[in-house]
Amino acid sequence: MSDELVIAGRTLRSRLLLGTGGFPSLELLEEAIRASGSELVTVALRRVDPSARGSLVDVLAATGVQLLPNTAGCHTARDAVLTAELAREAFQTDWVKLEVIGDEDTLLPDAPELLLAAEQLIDAGFVVLPYTTDDPVLARRLQDLGCAAVMPLGAPIGSGMGIRNPYNLALLREAVSVPVVLDAGIGTASDAALAMELGCDAVMAASAVARAQDPVRMAHAMRLAVAAGRLAAGAGRIPRRTYATASTPDEGRPQFAS
Amino acid sequence: MIFLNGAESELHAGDTVADVLARMGLAPDAKGIAVAVDDGVVPRGEWRDFALPEDARVEVLTAMQGG
Repeated sequence: MSDELVIAGRTLRSRLLLGTGGFPSLELLEEAIRASGSELVTVALRRVDPSARGSLVDVLAATGVQLLPNTAGCHTARDAVLTAELAREAFQTDWVKLEVIGDEDTLLPDAPELLLAAEQLIDAGFVVLPYTTDDPVLARRLQDLGCAAVMPLGAPIGSGMGIRNPYNLALLREAVSVPVVLDAGIGTASDAALAMELGCDAVMAASAVARAQDPVRMAHAMRLAVAAGRLAAGAGRIPRRTYATASTPDEGRPQFAS
Repeated sequence: MIFLNGAESELHAGDTVADVLARMGLAPDAKGIAVAVDDGVVPRGEWRDFALPEDARVEVLTAMQGG
């Protein structure tokens, strides 16, 4: 069965995006990427460390994944745009996961700066995937600017709190037609499945995999959860009811002497 | 004084971006590298000829693990 995700004209067979941050080693990262089946992984841009051991670029090239540079750590549109331009130069990709952070404790997005950065990057020819809140109105604004997808949070980055407001996420899903990639907050596989059941087109997992006790096993679990959630969303769940509805017919039931 | 990745360096005004990379032990065509001078991107094609101005702040960046 063909069920591919298309973002900005690019076809992805996997609906799981993987973050590369937090893995204990490059070897585990490579194994986890393979176990996840992900074809799109995020990387950050930082100063060259002459003492660094092994090359992340080489490891990622070996897995054949597409790179999605992020602008993590940027607090202004200006910094995010410059970081994206440098990432385009370094990795030869127009794609950028746009993060503009407004608060150090929660790492929540700064909406006005996010909109400003998205507009400038789209004007400069970037394929912009913005990390955003679960606000349907903001998501629609980002879509209307020309963002290729939106990446709403389920909970703060690295919190592992899951999807705190499934109602907002479902409303956001209705509010935009571009792909919705649930980003941030995933703690375990069931969170990823829920995101897909709520209608998200894909899930991004980072800390949930990298910081799991067994990252490779968790990467595999996420792959299965995303696939299961996607299937369930298409299958159409039964409505919730307060009282029981018998699943076994009463007809033909024998009468026993009392 | 030329600042390289936030630290004082022994580079001089007039040195090229290619000189910077050589000093860092990076190949002139190193993959996955981007260079900014004074908050402006220096495209790969200009690395050989781009001369650093006085008091330039040079950033040499690459991929790091990140979400």
